[in-house]
Amino acid sequence: MSFIPLSREERKEILDAIGVEDEDELFETIPPHLRYKESLNIQGPLDEETLRARFQFRPHKISFLGGGIYNHHIPAVVDAIASRQEFYTAYTPYQPEISQGTLQAIFEYQSMMASLTKMYASNASMYDGATALAEATLMAISAKGLKRVVITRATNPAYRKVINTYLQFNRSVEILEVPFNIISGQVDLDALNDMVDSDTALFIQQPNFFGIIEPLDKIAQTAAKAGFWGIVITEMVSLGLLKPPGAFGPDVVVGDAQSFGNPQNAGGPLLGVLCTTKASIRRMPGRIVGLTRDSSGKKAFCLTLATREQHIRRGKATSNICSNQGLCALRAAIYLSAVGPRGLKKIAAQCASGARYLMKLMKEKGIDVIFNGPVFNEFVVRMEDARIKALEEAGLVPGIRIENLYPEIPGGQLLTVTEMNTKKDVECMKERI
Amino acid sequence: MHERKDLTIFPERVEPLLSAINKQGKNTRQMPAPFDVYPLDDIDKDIQNEDLPDLPDVSEVETVRHFTRLSRLNYGIDHGIYPLGSCTMKYNPKICEEIAGRVKDIHPADTYAMTDILKILMELSKDLEEICGMDASTLWGAAGAHGELTGMLIIKKALEKKGENRSTVLIPDTAHGTNPASCTIAGFNPVQIPSGPRGYLEASTIKDYLDDDVAALMITNPNTLGIFEQEIAHIAELLHNNGSYLYMDGANLNAILGTSRPGDMGADCMHLNLHKTFASPHGGGGPGSGPVLVKRHLIPYLPLPWIVADEKDSYTLKWDSTSSIGTIHSGMGNLAVLIKTLAYILSLGPEGIKDVSHVATLNANYIKTRLSKSFDIPYTTPTLHEFVLTDKRQQANGVTTMDIAKALIGFGIHPPTIYFPLVVNNAIMIEPTETEPLEELKRFADIMETIATLAETSPEIFKDMPFVSPVGRVDEVWAARHLILTWDMGESNKEAAVSKQ
Repeated sequence: MSFIPLSREERKEILDAIGVEDEDELFETIPPHLRYKESLNIQGPLDEETLRARFQFRPHKISFLGGGIYNHHIPAVVDAIASRQEFYTAYTPYQPEISQGTLQAIFEYQSMMASLTKMYASNASMYDGATALAEATLMAISAKGLKRVVITRATNPAYRKVINTYLQFNRSVEILEVPFNIISGQVDLDALNDMVDSDTALFIQQPNFFGIIEPLDKIAQTAAKAGFWGIVITEMVSLGLLKPPGAFGPDVVVGDAQSFGNPQNAGGPLLGVLCTTKASIRRMPGRIVGLTRDSSGKKAFCLTLATREQHIRRGKATSNICSNQGLCALRAAIYLSAVGPRGLKKIAAQCASGARYLMKLMKEKGIDVIFNGPVFNEFVVRMEDARIKALEEAGLVPGIRIENLYPEIPGGQLLTVTEMNTKKDVECMKERI
Repeated sequence: MHERKDLTIFPERVEPLLSAINKQGKNTRQMPAPFDVYPLDDIDKDIQNEDLPDLPDVSEVETVRHFTRLSRLNYGIDHGIYPLGSCTMKYNPKICEEIAGRVKDIHPADTYAMTDILKILMELSKDLEEICGMDASTLWGAAGAHGELTGMLIIKKALEKKGENRSTVLIPDTAHGTNPASCTIAGFNPVQIPSGPRGYLEASTIKDYLDDDVAALMITNPNTLGIFEQEIAHIAELLHNNGSYLYMDGANLNAILGTSRPGDMGADCMHLNLHKTFASPHGGGGPGSGPVLVKRHLIPYLPLPWIVADEKDSYTLKWDSTSSIGTIHSGMGNLAVLIKTLAYILSLGPEGIKDVSHVATLNANYIKTRLSKSFDIPYTTPTLHEFVLTDKRQQANGVTTMDIAKALIGFGIHPPTIYFPLVVNNAIMIEPTETEPLEELKRFADIMETIATLAETSPEIFKDMPFVSPVGRVDEVWAARHLILTWDMGESNKEAAVSKQ
């Protein structure tokens, strides 16, 4: 199937208008030995029905998967609006007079993320939570010349890996992990206290990778000693229940807002979040929309603070990011508008309650729940391979294996519950164990 | 939540902010509630939020109308020609969107469901490698710049393996800003080099810059003038003899799709922009996708995870390797975009792929031929899928590139890329792509000619343009000076706003 709208005659008409004999002549600047003469070894062309038949997928019906990517309810209005081609097929809003829709929607996304986190401002999005965190470490290093990045070991391992990738050639910066308390699953406060000083950039995930809620009020006292510190949130729905992270005084709040109206998509697109303080705004990576006025003094929006960015500052930019996750940010804005303050709080309470219900049933079955700290919607249990296999054969996906990520937790399995699970799912898990 | 005022200091033109529609109790949505609610008293009160989350309270119909009205202030490729140079705004086939939607309910840890997906990703990798003449690839780059960074980290790692500490990356002055920015983050020192008088990099120029500190040349081919880098094979040879790598930015691959392959030009490493060349939508800024392709000698450094075949002719993910640069994303890149890309490639087939570069070049040259009568064309070298004009002839009457762009908006067309590339003063960079009907090409050329005529007969009207648009010319300087970045910041800036009015 071709998407070229020209007939043979029209192609000839264009050739005549240009004044060349045939289309190959248009490529005369490509040296002959660099012209590809063969036929590409790829399949097709295929019609739509053949394509439909070729792309078939089989997701599991009952699963307890999370660990940074979550299955939440998405109101129908999100797809209905986000699929409008005016949003979907537009470019980055460099020309504000013809892009006010995207610009205002992103301004509203920024406003809602800043309100929810109680931070000064949010950028227009990053690729995902891990790259948002990696860019926040770059921000800390460039702003303050810090020597150490200290991150809690209970921060999502995938995020910690991406930091390592981004910083691997920066020999002057050391990356250290703060251990977790093996009983509570929370950060080891004494160790944290020993590791943090004014040369340190500190990052801590809340709720942590094990689903445990960290005592941020206590941590904040230690964190205040750090040269720069940030809170990482991979499950933004927790903001429906927990105090806004900005209340604890961090320099950045980073993470992933896939949970806000974006499906799991087998791992992407996700939605990287980066919120920061007034003091750090000029070091922030990524795009940001500002309110302004048009030639008649009326309200209008445009991209602003562009002098930080690669298209102006080139090699000295705060980041190399150009395309971001604009459509995912739009979905988050529509989602937050659709669920509203009470909806988000209810969903958060459902997630936390569902996790507690599953935990109760697991304990009744004699399954070992590893940590005793308070959880949000995830928790770690000990489960042997044979039991997991049996559950999978019964058509369930009983969480994520984490023993390879945390050898100190043999048999570790991370279970997640959201409002998309039912009571029956949870009870089914108990029965089949 | 606290009552919010809208930023009433600004008279509304079209649509108020959500914060102005907000009124407590308007949102009556029933949320799914499968579980009995636990008291949650195990969570410390000092950590719990005693207030409701600070969000606007609006009804469903208001949400729908608000965003629908906003959408009408936008312009998309489905409206008409979107001739942004080097952005490749082509039609996004609807079937690709439908197919990608099928992965939405899959979690990446659902290994059973992922088996089908890995098979598809492997097929996509093979197709992209064939199209580019490269040996292997990674699909996890989330955008072009993310791919660039990944590619430059791969080169850094390969140099480290060889025990070399080269720091310079040469970048022609026609390059996108992301190129030097990506180099800096990867720990290199970008050095700008001049493209020649004919609009392409000459091998003799490269010779002057090559020394034992040069890690790589980063080049876009064709470059942002739309000109094919005709000495690329010779340049590649010089680089390789110097122990340096050739990195190719695939931003302009649309010009040569199926017609010429970066791998055959000598590229060691390159990235693609699937949201440009392979027709996935830009979404008002993303998600894009930036796969990275390499030649055999760079395979060990590709980011994790690797998709590998197991004994049963199916695929699994390999997460450990001591040679790899590591992981670059917490999930699977922008996976849904990858699915769209394979659907697009399969729908076109080998001949369809080749036709893309042919018609993209044909269309661009049609517009160039038409406009060369009324606008200044700074380079005489033939161009492929895009070309650059300047405002030199209109400047004589005080009409600038910015004025021309705003005038186009008034005619209902999204302007081309402007003031880029930087090597051309007041550039207007036009790329129509292969998916424009001839009638649309004619309409665009007609309007540009009309603008050129107006610039001669009534140059004074341009300063007030655009005439017919949702807002008048937007004051970007005012935005940067006042930095109103959220709806909560409005009040504190009220004074400033009023004093300016």
